[in-house]
Amino acid sequence: MSVDQILVTGDPLILASQIAILLTIIGAVVGITYFKKWRYLWEEWLTTVDHKKIGIMYILAGVAMFFRGGVDGLMMKAQTSRPNMEFLDAQHYDEVFTTHGIVMILFMAMPMLIGIMNVVLPLQIGARDVAFPKLNALSFWTFFVAAMLFNISFVIGGSPDAGWTSYFPLAGKEFTPGVGNNYYAIALQIAGIGTLATGINFIVTILKMRAPGMTLMKMPMFTWTSLVTSILIVAAFPILTVALAFMTMDRLFGAHFFTVAAGGDPMLWLNLFWLWGHPEVYIVVLPAFGMFSEVIATFSRKNLYGYKTMVASIVGIAFLSMLVWVHHFYTMGNSAAVNSVFSITTMMIAIPTGVKIFNWLFTMRKGRIKFTTSMLWSLAFIPCFTIGGVTGVMLAMAAADYQYHNTMFLVAHFHYVLIPGVVFAVFAGLYYWWPKMFGFTLNEKIGKWHFWLFVIGFNLTFMPMFFVGLDGMSRRMYTYSEGLGWEGWLGFSAAGSLIMAAGFAALCYNIYWSFRFASRDVGSDPWDARTLEWATASPVQHYNFAVVPKVDSLDPFWKMKKKGTFKLKKQDIKEIHMPSNSAIPILMGIAFGIVGFFLVFEWFTLAAIWSLGIIACLVANSFDYDDGYHVSAEEVEETERKWRGDL
Amino acid sequence: MEKTNKVFPGKLVIGFLLSIVMTVLAAWIALGTDFSKSVIMWMIGALAIFQAGVQLIMFMHINEGKSGMINTINIVYSVFIAAVIVAGSIWILTTGHAAH
Repeated sequence: MSVDQILVTGDPLILASQIAILLTIIGAVVGITYFKKWRYLWEEWLTTVDHKKIGIMYILAGVAMFFRGGVDGLMMKAQTSRPNMEFLDAQHYDEVFTTHGIVMILFMAMPMLIGIMNVVLPLQIGARDVAFPKLNALSFWTFFVAAMLFNISFVIGGSPDAGWTSYFPLAGKEFTPGVGNNYYAIALQIAGIGTLATGINFIVTILKMRAPGMTLMKMPMFTWTSLVTSILIVAAFPILTVALAFMTMDRLFGAHFFTVAAGGDPMLWLNLFWLWGHPEVYIVVLPAFGMFSEVIATFSRKNLYGYKTMVASIVGIAFLSMLVWVHHFYTMGNSAAVNSVFSITTMMIAIPTGVKIFNWLFTMRKGRIKFTTSMLWSLAFIPCFTIGGVTGVMLAMAAADYQYHNTMFLVAHFHYVLIPGVVFAVFAGLYYWWPKMFGFTLNEKIGKWHFWLFVIGFNLTFMPMFFVGLDGMSRRMYTYSEGLGWEGWLGFSAAGSLIMAAGFAALCYNIYWSFRFASRDVGSDPWDARTLEWATASPVQHYNFAVVPKVDSLDPFWKMKKKGTFKLKKQDIKEIHMPSNSAIPILMGIAFGIVGFFLVFEWFTLAAIWSLGIIACLVANSFDYDDGYHVSAEEVEETERKWRGDL
Repeated sequence: MEKTNKVFPGKLVIGFLLSIVMTVLAAWIALGTDFSKSVIMWMIGALAIFQAGVQLIMFMHINEGKSGMINTINIVYSVFIAAVIVAGSIWILTTGHAAH
């Protein structure tokens, strides 16, 4: 294979990206070497097993992926802003919408949420780390390596271009012969391994490591949603694993699971993809619901209304989410019975979701609401998400869906669900928990710029899509003729996307500004919050809790503050056992990445040789007898004295 | 544990008898009746599932002890997921236009 078969050549946009990527890598290496930060990077971050640092790395990667997916979105909006635009050609447009979808769902939404879960969840339940810290690091590195592998596709070998759903027969070797779709099969497989491990890790952490006295019905709402999400991950991700394995067999080894030629069935791919894909929607949206619950309760200065119905509706949503997947392909031509059953289950999901909306509204009722940036995100979420939900019920009716199917109406619907449901939540969560990660709050004034630009831009971008969809514009159209009546709507939409991008820029500026200038004197509990994570220092001590707190009710930290029992006695401080850092997760992640790269190009001998690297890491891990280390009581005492007044 | 050793193991005996009855019944249905092949498959399949349930409860004590509740929930949930995925996929892919 010659170089120009491997590197993508001939497109000025891609050439510019290749140069930019090269310069960035050189810049990063030179910068780290110049400032002598390699040792710091390796010891403090790359080999860490600390859930807070892993969470921060997830969030950083998520923000970077948000930028990449966002640029994809802007390119699509630019291309459709005018009829007969010649900014992107059909092939390039296909690649852009494919990577936009995958990057946003799997490499932006998932790591952002898992990152915040990582930072917050052990703190909320009064634990010192997750149940399997090293596995947690491995989850991060497999995700990160998979994201990088997927992202180099557009400069090396060519992007996947069969849509984020990669439907067969289009995604098969016959119609998509390039390596692009191999990237899809392999990178998603590697990322899926990490996600599955995360799911198991969090289930065990929540079930086994809660502070004494914290029964299941005394857990904070975010912990509840994380638990249910983890259970959904464990139920749904193996289906993706199997589907991708079939796809890999078909594409790399000439099998026929999904090709009609030798008795395969392309509809089986759709079926398996959405058996995972629909629960996946709830996997990303449930933790977001949990974040809104925490933020709304804190800033309404009330406890969460209807805690038990909230728990019941989360479990109900999770249960129903496994029973609705056919609504993504009613038009495949199912029997009337199939379509009716799935119409009904789909509409039923609106019931528990509606219950949650009312619980949030009643939490705010008669509360003394503080309009902080994270509260604003939660407030904007409710009407925007409701629009997404109601149009979802419209799409749920199988007969009507034959009209809406694969139109821009659908695209508008799922952006109205996922952006308020996930992105607003992530922003609310970042503003809310930022002091726990870094010891200062993000600037509220810039935050409000971020908020208003993003929310206005979001509505301007996606609201017009409902109308062009009803006017007959199908999704994934890269160009259209004049005189269809779409120009105005799509022009608005393109302008809106620029405002949204300005909102994102405001977030980046806010992070930069706050790192440099924000006051470090915000205390450990800047929002006067309710749950245990605020009973730690800001930023959190590496061992989390000097003494594991005892819990006897909901909102334990609030109770402690009211009763004045938030005190630490010197004699209670004992030696703390913590896990040691390990290089195995990152090395194993890199081995996964190299094997994946060779598999993408179907260089099987090299892939086989490098997969020995994965096995070597497993063996090395089995002979790793490091049981962790102990933090002495004196060190704990000294650290605690720095931030608490009472010791 | 000590306590259960002293009393008559009634549960185990009932489980043992039920298992034998269901096994013999399955053999008789398969060999001694004139039902059509698909009816026979359904009946012995159902008996197999019942017997698995009997064994899990009577011999493997899944609903006893500290984690009994959790074990039961796990098994019921796994059966639910497996049924949804397998039965659901078969139903969807064999009834629509796509199958004909």
